[in-house]
Amino acid sequence: MSENTFEPKIVGFLCNWCSYTASDLAGTARMKYAPNVRIIRVMCSGRVDPSFLLKAFSLGADAVLIAGCHPGDCHYQNQNYKTMRRYSMIQHTLPQFGIEPERVKLVWASAAEGQRLADAIDELSAEVRELGPLNWSKNWDENGRRLEALEDIAKEHEEAMEVPL
Amino acid sequence: MTAHEKESKIGVYICHCGTNISSVIDVHALAEFAKGLPHVVLAREYKYMCSDPGQDLIKKDIAEHELDRVVVAACSPLLHEATFRKAAEMAGLNPFLVQMANIREQVAWVTDDSSGALQKAEAHVAAAVHRVNEHKPLERRSVAITPRVMIVGGGIAGIEAALTLAEADKEVILVEREPSIGGHMSMFDKTFPTLDCAACILTPKMTAVKDEPKIKLMTYSEVESVDGAVGKYKVRVRRKARYVNEDLCVGCMQCIDACVFRKPKFPNEYDQGLALRKPIYVPFPQAVPPVPVIDPKTCLQLTKGKCKQSCVEACGDRNAIELEQEDTVEQFEVGAIIVATGFKTFDPSVMPYYGYGVLPNVYTSLEIERLVNAAGPTGGKLTLHDGSVPKRVGIVHCVGSRDKNYHAYCSKVCCMYSLKLAHLVKEKTDAEIFNFYIDMRTSGKGFEEFYNRVQNEGVHFIRGKVGEIDSAPSNNGEPSNLMTVKVDDTLLGEIRNIEVDMVILAVALEPQPDVDQVRRMFGMSCSADGFFLEKHPKLAPVNTANDGVFLAGVCQGVKDIPDTVAQASAAAAKAMALIDRGYIELEPNTAEIDEEACSGCKICNNLCPYDAIEYDEEKEVSRVIPELCKGCGTCVAACPAQAITGVHFTNAQIFAEIEGALFDAAPAGV
Repeated sequence: MSENTFEPKIVGFLCNWCSYTASDLAGTARMKYAPNVRIIRVMCSGRVDPSFLLKAFSLGADAVLIAGCHPGDCHYQNQNYKTMRRYSMIQHTLPQFGIEPERVKLVWASAAEGQRLADAIDELSAEVRELGPLNWSKNWDENGRRLEALEDIAKEHEEAMEVPL
Repeated sequence: MTAHEKESKIGVYICHCGTNISSVIDVHALAEFAKGLPHVVLAREYKYMCSDPGQDLIKKDIAEHELDRVVVAACSPLLHEATFRKAAEMAGLNPFLVQMANIREQVAWVTDDSSGALQKAEAHVAAAVHRVNEHKPLERRSVAITPRVMIVGGGIAGIEAALTLAEADKEVILVEREPSIGGHMSMFDKTFPTLDCAACILTPKMTAVKDEPKIKLMTYSEVESVDGAVGKYKVRVRRKARYVNEDLCVGCMQCIDACVFRKPKFPNEYDQGLALRKPIYVPFPQAVPPVPVIDPKTCLQLTKGKCKQSCVEACGDRNAIELEQEDTVEQFEVGAIIVATGFKTFDPSVMPYYGYGVLPNVYTSLEIERLVNAAGPTGGKLTLHDGSVPKRVGIVHCVGSRDKNYHAYCSKVCCMYSLKLAHLVKEKTDAEIFNFYIDMRTSGKGFEEFYNRVQNEGVHFIRGKVGEIDSAPSNNGEPSNLMTVKVDDTLLGEIRNIEVDMVILAVALEPQPDVDQVRRMFGMSCSADGFFLEKHPKLAPVNTANDGVFLAGVCQGVKDIPDTVAQASAAAAKAMALIDRGYIELEPNTAEIDEEACSGCKICNNLCPYDAIEYDEEKEVSRVIPELCKGCGTCVAACPAQAITGVHFTNAQIFAEIEGALFDAAPAGV
């Protein structure tokens, strides 16, 4: 990694049964992908607490990857559906913290899909390289994002209060 | 924040894995880096950590340096976590105070960028060091195993596994979807390369299954659901209404003769539709159990509700015909499951250029198996559609295999069964035979010798892929059976048109159509080719990711009969090793609820797919039932009061891991 190009630091939470195995398969098959994702094993993508993401961002991660079994294929029957719901909640909430929602990505990669996982890591790395460093504190200092975020909240609140006809 | 009173002493071990890791990652620099991490008292590198001397290194350090935590940076924990946990345990350390950093599969093998690799490896090592510092000693739970095995699929794989287990005096439930066991093997006439008669070697085994008191045979049955976990799977099996009582029937078959349909009228599925059957039938003469089945879609009584029921009359006072029979569902508890659901053959009608289904004398290899079979629809007489004897027969290899439009894989058995069919057809008809092949793949015991034998019998071999099969132009308006096989002969370097009057398509083996449904039911995955995925391609070829579920036969990947039998024996041995012990040790990574912190909101209760969280009405708190909890951690992440701990995956442990993984990042400062 040369010094003048930004290389994002990404934390990846991979479920033990499908995606962690997929990452092992990518290795066994010698597929090459960007070395930006540091992998943390969880038993199920359902274990990924939104606070893990915030912890990662607060410690300087530029993005977070969550990977689990395909819907319908969960080792724990249907816990990845809960991940899916949590993911949309996270996507909704992140802008309010001053974090671009593109910095969190959820992918499904079965134990046979090493290539799919490798591609997802390459894509996310490229996207975040484009997006630049998180600069979270800077966003807060300048107040710009915070104001925007407050406006967003107010707007959403207004929308939520509207009574549909 | 540390989870323990005294300062921990962590030892870090970096594996070179020969040169697998060290050729990409500067292992020396990585060890130096590890020495600088908190609580690390020593960091070593070694060529093969998993070897005995490598493990001894850890054991010795635990004793000499009083290490109380160990990090091994090597291959995937899915491969060697158990190895290093055991090593630590032997040195007196709790095995759960070991953490692995995956720097082979996830780092060295997936990048050529050595500085990026070192940085990522450092992150993985730092994450492991931070995490292990938060580990607590844990004990495994011991659970009794039900000493019974369910085998799904009654082909040669299921039969072999069932007999092996029964021989060891184990209880077996063998479930087969079709009315008889036997599977594809029972359809074949001869088997390659020895030309043993398939029925002669299979039928005794089928009968043995029926006569074996330890085996509960459930044909015409399907597994409906699987619950529970290794050691105690609860399975429900639906026995489809057969309309003939298996216990009362003596197999005289008089009911079939008596059926109001004087002549067979409906295509027999077992004979690939080449022969007809009545609504009451046995699929083939050697069927096990030798009990007829009534097809509810064609039986007059069952469709129209009106028939003189001559079958009932013929059965007389044996009263075995039960036209009111309904499906029944039986429930069992089994300790282990062997999945041996086999395959289906590729349907070549999706390739219009081969004319299957349009040209009457284009057959699949499985159809020819039935036609050359002495017990088949023609009594073993091979003829063309019009009853005449074929004079020139083309065998097209790799139909659906090694073809990126259909299946990229080689079906492995087709070269050999094509040679076998070439031999059998030649023997029966003395026709000229042309094999159209891409490559001849005859590796196996006695296979190449058989290839030579068939060549010496005068069978032609043309190297090239067949592009098209078409009916030949008619001979002065005379009807003709002739077809032209257009082939790119790569040895002559020209396109040739070979006239034949019969074509055999050597079709691929492919996964069963309901493979997705089945894999979900048993908690398995499929590999890219669609067959069930084994736990490890080399070291755990009959295990699956789901403990206690084993694989045998073609459902795991294409293979011939000898390999299937070998794998079935292996699966039986694995299942036996599991249940014979009487108990199983489960990982302790379940959820725990702190009653003091629980507000009784019941969010967790509804999230658990295993009903492992009960609600105590009196105390108004939720409680985890450890026997049922499988440790996914979803409730842990959902608890608004953070009252649930995911053992071995605690928030503190994962936070520490994140911290380590981002050792080189600038904190956002909020």
